[in-house]
Amino acid sequence: MPQPAFRSHDGGVEEQPAPDWPVRISSLRRMDEGRIAGGVAAGIAARTCVNLTLLRVIFCVTGIFTGFGLAVYVIAWLFLPKAGENSTIVSRAIHDLRGVALAAAAASMLIVIFSFISILGITVFSAVSWPNAIGAAGLVLIWRNADEEERASLHAMTSPLLGATSAGKKSWFAARLFLAAGLLIAGLAVLASDRPYLGVLLRPVTGLVVVLAAISVLCGPWWLRVMRDLGVERQARIRAEERADIAARVHDSVLQTLALIQRRADSPQQVVQLARAQERELRSWLFGGRAPGSMDGIAATFAAAVRLIQQDVEAQYGVAIEAVIVGDCELKDDDDLGAMLAAAREATVNAAKWSGASVISLFAEVEREEASVFVRDRGRGFDPEAVPADRKGLAESVRARMERRGGQASIRSVPGEGTEVSLTMPRTAGQREPSQAT
Amino acid sequence: MAASRPRVFIVDDHGLFRSGVRSELGDHVEVIGEAEDVMPAIEGIARLIPDVVLLDVHLPGGGGQLVVAELAPILPQTRFLALSASDAPQDVIAVIRAGARGYVTKTISGAELVDAITRVAAGDAVFSPRLAGFVLDAFSAQTADPVPAPSFDPELDQLTPREREVLRLIARGYTYKEIARELFISTKTVESHVSSVLRKLQLSTRHQLTRWAAERRLA
Repeated sequence: MPQPAFRSHDGGVEEQPAPDWPVRISSLRRMDEGRIAGGVAAGIAARTCVNLTLLRVIFCVTGIFTGFGLAVYVIAWLFLPKAGENSTIVSRAIHDLRGVALAAAAASMLIVIFSFISILGITVFSAVSWPNAIGAAGLVLIWRNADEEERASLHAMTSPLLGATSAGKKSWFAARLFLAAGLLIAGLAVLASDRPYLGVLLRPVTGLVVVLAAISVLCGPWWLRVMRDLGVERQARIRAEERADIAARVHDSVLQTLALIQRRADSPQQVVQLARAQERELRSWLFGGRAPGSMDGIAATFAAAVRLIQQDVEAQYGVAIEAVIVGDCELKDDDDLGAMLAAAREATVNAAKWSGASVISLFAEVEREEASVFVRDRGRGFDPEAVPADRKGLAESVRARMERRGGQASIRSVPGEGTEVSLTMPRTAGQREPSQAT
Repeated sequence: MAASRPRVFIVDDHGLFRSGVRSELGDHVEVIGEAEDVMPAIEGIARLIPDVVLLDVHLPGGGGQLVVAELAPILPQTRFLALSASDAPQDVIAVIRAGARGYVTKTISGAELVDAITRVAAGDAVFSPRLAGFVLDAFSAQTADPVPAPSFDPELDQLTPREREVLRLIARGYTYKEIARELFISTKTVESHVSSVLRKLQLSTRHQLTRWAAERRLA
């Protein structure tokens, strides 16, 4: 049996210096999530990984036919603390003397009724008495000592049963009560009678059916309403979870960035950089389905690779990059395009580092015959005749990289006006076909 | 130049953005009105008849193209310049096809915006690099289509090599002046090329254009 992750929010449990077994028992909690009555079944299901519906069916069946399920359920309800709490209902109930007295009264009254029934000879119900008496007494204690929230939900569940919801429904409730009483008496009469007008086997079955019909008439609308409320509650919970998920994402991304922006308000460059990075991330989440904060790093298409260059360089150097991409194609193992993208990245980084421009234009186009990339800045530029060694090195490396693959690179620069690096790469025949990708 | 300052009307649903644009434009233009929704915008523009309307592509009461479609036929002297933060191609193409004279992104600098406004006021078209990219993409997607759709005027559905060249340079971040120098033509010729592309964009009946825009949700 796999141990579910330990819920740390029921705080005190870890603090108790206890051997293994009390921890296991005390970490069994009544769950708020997915509960119908006290959350006992949900708690057991969460703790033991037994199917929740199966547990409920077991409780119901043993509750109806022997009363045993009800007794166990009510006792568990009394003795198990709610998830996130440490006190149990029974710890409050022992101080509630009036409640104890009422419970005892209810139990003894039930025992009297059952004894009376068994004297009448209806053996079907005779075994039920003791567990039912315990259950009834426990329910009285729960009713009086559960916390506010639980009591409210119990009240919401039972008020339609008592017909106390509105005046207009009272006559309807009275009619139902009348019909149910009639059916109940008829059923009990069938069960109690000795007359052999029906088959020996058929008599108790008929009696039971009529009694069940009586219960259904009385409680049917209530059951329906409880089921409907549960459905509504489940929907509300799903919505709340979605909202929490979005809130968490917004917090992780947008709010963090806003906080950073406030702290760096004196540095416009950084603020712009943060805002742009955040904008892109949010956009890719909203429209691209990609979660904020997750960046793949590997691009499948040419356009995606160019966007990746844009993102990386913007993030690293705090320069805005205006990327315009026309056409697209699969990258697969295209080494030629890979080399061009590497050169484009180098050129973009170089412009970001040296040009001093605040915006760099990055234009990439995929055509049938060739692919091209242009990196342009309006920065300080340089005189190609008098280049510092490192920049010349870059020009050479970009050019060499392109030419090795059969492409071309040219660099134009005018001091004071900016620089443009142009890269073109012919596309080999095999790669031309899927050019209308995406 | 104070006498010929273009009279500008700003339509944007973000008050912060409107006041930001107002302060960035400064004394270069005369901002005569603002609106934050489609209906007040139509009402205000029809009443004030500005030279240029700065129009957000996304508005709560419908797209900016509604404003253009409503007013462009009855106010021939008013030009519309679309502004957008989102760059969703179908929105941009829609607002251009509705009759806007240009499109710029909201990240544009103040000086560039003033330049774009004066250009639009003078009747020219203003293409941002992004829009130039969209147009190139849209028209090249069509040429790759093996079965061209029937068309009333084939000339409208094709860019000339020169127009293509101009658009490519715009996409590369060149100004009109730089393009003129690069291609050894006058700035006026560059402007006429761009206007001709704009006309094709607005009038082309090829359904691929809308299909192309719809397929590319977001740039």
